[in-house]
Amino acid sequence: MNRKRKANKARKKRKLITAASQNITFNRRTLFLGGAQAAVGLLLAGRMTYIAVAENERWEMLSESNRVNLTLIPPRRGWIIDRYGKPLANNRADFRVDVIPDRMKDKEGTIARLADLLRLSDDEVGRIKKDLEDSRGFAPIEIASGLDYEQFAALSVRLPDMPGVAPLRGFSRQYPSGAAVGHLLGYVGTVSAEEYEEEKNPLLITPGFKIGKDGLEKQFEQDLRGKPGAKRVEVTARGKIVRELSKREDVPGKPMKLAINADLQEYAARRLGPESGSVVVMDCHTGELLAMSSMPSFDPNSFSDGIGFNEYGMLRDDDHVPLRNKVLKGLYPPGSTVKPMVGLAFLEAGLSPDDTVVCNGGLRVGNRRFNCWNRRGHGRVDMAKGIYQSCDVYFYYFAQRIGMDPIAAMARKLGMGQTFDLPVTSQFYGTVPDPEWKRKKYKQSWQAFDTVNATIGQGYMLSNPLQLAVMSSRIASGRNVMPKLLMPKQRKLAPNLDISPEHLQIVRNAMSDVVNGPGTARRAQLNIPNVKLAGKTGTAQVVGLQFGRGGRDVQWKFRDHGLFICFAPLDNPRYAASVVVEHGGGSSAAYPVARDVLTFLYDRRKAMRALEALEQSWGGTIEQRMARKMNAYVARKNAEKAGENAPVPETDSTAEANE
Amino acid sequence: MSGIIPAPIAQQPWKVIFLLCIIAGFGVIVLYSAAGGSMSPWASRHAIRFGVFLAMALVLSRFSENVFKFFTFPVYVVIALMLLGVELIGAVGGGSQRWLDLGLIRIQPSELMKPAIILAVARFYDLLPIGQIRTWGAIWPALLLMGIPASLVLLQPDLGTTLTILAGGMTVAFLAGLPLRLFVIGAAAMAVMAPLAYFFGLEEYQQRRVTTFINPENDPLGAGYHITQSKIAIGSGGMTGKGFLNGSQSHLDYLPEGHTDFVFATMAEEWGLIGGFAVIFAFFLLLRWGFGLAVNAKTRFSKLVAAGLTTTMFFYIAINLMMVMGLAPVVGIPLPFLSYGGSSMMTIMICIGVLMSIDREMKQKRGSTLS
Repeated sequence: MNRKRKANKARKKRKLITAASQNITFNRRTLFLGGAQAAVGLLLAGRMTYIAVAENERWEMLSESNRVNLTLIPPRRGWIIDRYGKPLANNRADFRVDVIPDRMKDKEGTIARLADLLRLSDDEVGRIKKDLEDSRGFAPIEIASGLDYEQFAALSVRLPDMPGVAPLRGFSRQYPSGAAVGHLLGYVGTVSAEEYEEEKNPLLITPGFKIGKDGLEKQFEQDLRGKPGAKRVEVTARGKIVRELSKREDVPGKPMKLAINADLQEYAARRLGPESGSVVVMDCHTGELLAMSSMPSFDPNSFSDGIGFNEYGMLRDDDHVPLRNKVLKGLYPPGSTVKPMVGLAFLEAGLSPDDTVVCNGGLRVGNRRFNCWNRRGHGRVDMAKGIYQSCDVYFYYFAQRIGMDPIAAMARKLGMGQTFDLPVTSQFYGTVPDPEWKRKKYKQSWQAFDTVNATIGQGYMLSNPLQLAVMSSRIASGRNVMPKLLMPKQRKLAPNLDISPEHLQIVRNAMSDVVNGPGTARRAQLNIPNVKLAGKTGTAQVVGLQFGRGGRDVQWKFRDHGLFICFAPLDNPRYAASVVVEHGGGSSAAYPVARDVLTFLYDRRKAMRALEALEQSWGGTIEQRMARKMNAYVARKNAEKAGENAPVPETDSTAEANE
Repeated sequence: MSGIIPAPIAQQPWKVIFLLCIIAGFGVIVLYSAAGGSMSPWASRHAIRFGVFLAMALVLSRFSENVFKFFTFPVYVVIALMLLGVELIGAVGGGSQRWLDLGLIRIQPSELMKPAIILAVARFYDLLPIGQIRTWGAIWPALLLMGIPASLVLLQPDLGTTLTILAGGMTVAFLAGLPLRLFVIGAAAMAVMAPLAYFFGLEEYQQRRVTTFINPENDPLGAGYHITQSKIAIGSGGMTGKGFLNGSQSHLDYLPEGHTDFVFATMAEEWGLIGGFAVIFAFFLLLRWGFGLAVNAKTRFSKLVAAGLTTTMFFYIAINLMMVMGLAPVVGIPLPFLSYGGSSMMTIMICIGVLMSIDREMKQKRGSTLS
């Protein structure tokens, strides 16, 4: 019974399903399915409306930012020109290649391909790899500039395989005088991470943009920079430029006019030859700096292109310190070049120029004997003779009578120990010692021998070549001359110093006798009609006498510095100059340089003839000598690398210099 | 029937042919623009393919329901064997493969399986005695029919096609009248299984597709790039679009696959919301025709087949559109008649051909009953 009922029940349930009921189910479910699909259709239509209408603005903006690429065009840097408008730094149109590290996929591979394609030297590749390590990623790194069109084209077609490589047409900084203006102008370079942090200007990380890194380029960065242009281009997803949409030209930076005479600057640099030294020439009435050369130097062109590590290593390792601007940061005992100044102090303190002392080769001061440079003595010496023969005893004797304070005051009045208002990163101001200074510095009282040392520019006395030139200018013109690097809009004569014109004339005449009379530098005479040079020699001891007399027969670094200050023409001074030759072995290394540099101002052809003969004996122009040095350096480095610990004989770079 | 037009011509489903020509013609225009204003490489081949496959569909439409019924299972078995063949070749050759190179043509069996599974499951329920629809016997053969090809395709691995095959078969089973609770329970089980499947069942690249779909901005230059660029194209088109040949997203290559999977975005950028609505409306008409057949067809087999094939086409359209609008992960399903590509066009045209056949038989029967 039970079973039957169950079966019946089951049959009943199954019986409900007939063809007709199945059809109804089908239709119902089809309707449901169709409705669901229609709902999805409506959902899609709604979604599309939402994206295309409600969110339209947002997507349109994204579409535009996809399509349009805004690139800044680095502004052309303002020229730096000399007093006559001749360019010291200008811009050269060129093709260049940068890489943007963040966008690179295979750094090693890409660099290797670029090196192959552009025929880069190992030195260059080394520099690039170092830059890559130091980079912040988003800032471009220069691979090469000054490419010719062929290389540029060859690179451009391979771009799709090398993401992160950015070739562009641009301008690069050019310094026509090369190393001669290295210290004066500085150089430009790509922006470092710190510099970007400081300014946060998108221009700074634009490929091809460079900022001043040193010297005037750095000091006048904002004036020289100019305003960037901009370019809107349509680009594909792969970065290929389809077309240019609009362009705003850049506004080049302002040109900057220096007081420098470009030709003189270069001549002075070349005339220094292989020596380590400096030349400063100024207008002794206005203070305009006509030349400010420090050699050896670096070539700002190669610094601006991103310097190779070998070249940098060579500069760093050179004992002639080409990376230091010796005009401002070289401090030397001024030696006998202070004697006209000391003489002037004597005169102003009331000493008669005719008062004399007998020099027999030395003077006992306290319990110590101070020698005159001339051991045989100068006999009876008055002020003029004291200056033109550079008699030390004259100054030992009268300095003790006058005292240090008037001398120190005169030294400061003539620019010693002074820093000048110049657009430079730093200048060393040296020392004008006096009793108070010594008390402060050493907690010792001033001794008679300190005065004696100071009057011949030794002991504590230190000055830089610019100060020497200023001193010479002030003696020459009697004006309180301040050195000026920029050409002033209105040239102004410096105000007169409160020093008696007669006293100044006495000293000037004595300085003339140094050169034109019975003095120490007769070879410094200018061979120019009606133009007489007046000057004062100086020899600064570097080490104690136990190393020898400091002449040319001792090791280079123990030799005396050679100094010379001068002005011309004698009867109506116009130019003043100072020349310092480090370890030149005495003033005779310095005054021929001064003579030729001043000759250049009056008779270029004559000066050039003298220079050309000299350069032939030195082994070529600055560039040729630097290139040779570079090759030798690389060869030595390679030999060191190859020979591991094999001792490499130290090649004395000065041996050649002093032949 | 009026006597002016010969019966075989008058019998053709002209409305549908016209509709397809409009959609495909629009596809040609969009592909012409996608190629930067050029008939080659896509637009002309798209037009030719459409013609060839339309002819194939018309030929297919001449077969009667009985022919389809007869060939359903043999064809199903052949395609299943082909799927196995693809799997074996892939195993030997190393790496996944979806194509079977028959020398003359390359066949993608998983594509062919999409309509074939509909026919097979429909045929099974057609053969099943009415009374047995609520028994276990109504379930397992259908699951087997779906499971074999689904698992073979999943091995390829091609998740999108696997889901399409399963969904097609399920739809037919649903319409055939299986108890509703099975589907409710099934849906609930899916909801539970989905996370498990995500973590254990999916390949890493498939997982990434899902995560980037959920948050495309997470990875704007990687996998999310497709979705974002597609939305940029659609969104920047606005109401009326940027104009023919003026789509920057597609022409400057920001939109990936702008001629295949993302062809709708290419279109929407240049034709705007208006173009998008037109396309959606055209597809609505096509699907309405399919459902109309399902409701009005006379036999159970043709009803199930019509609804099943229509739903298969719907899957193509809906998943593709959801993908380009950022509502579904990027799964590589093309948009019928607009996307460039032979394989999917063939699948869709098989569906159309079979539907046309049902349409023809239905009209003939109606005609005969009327006369």
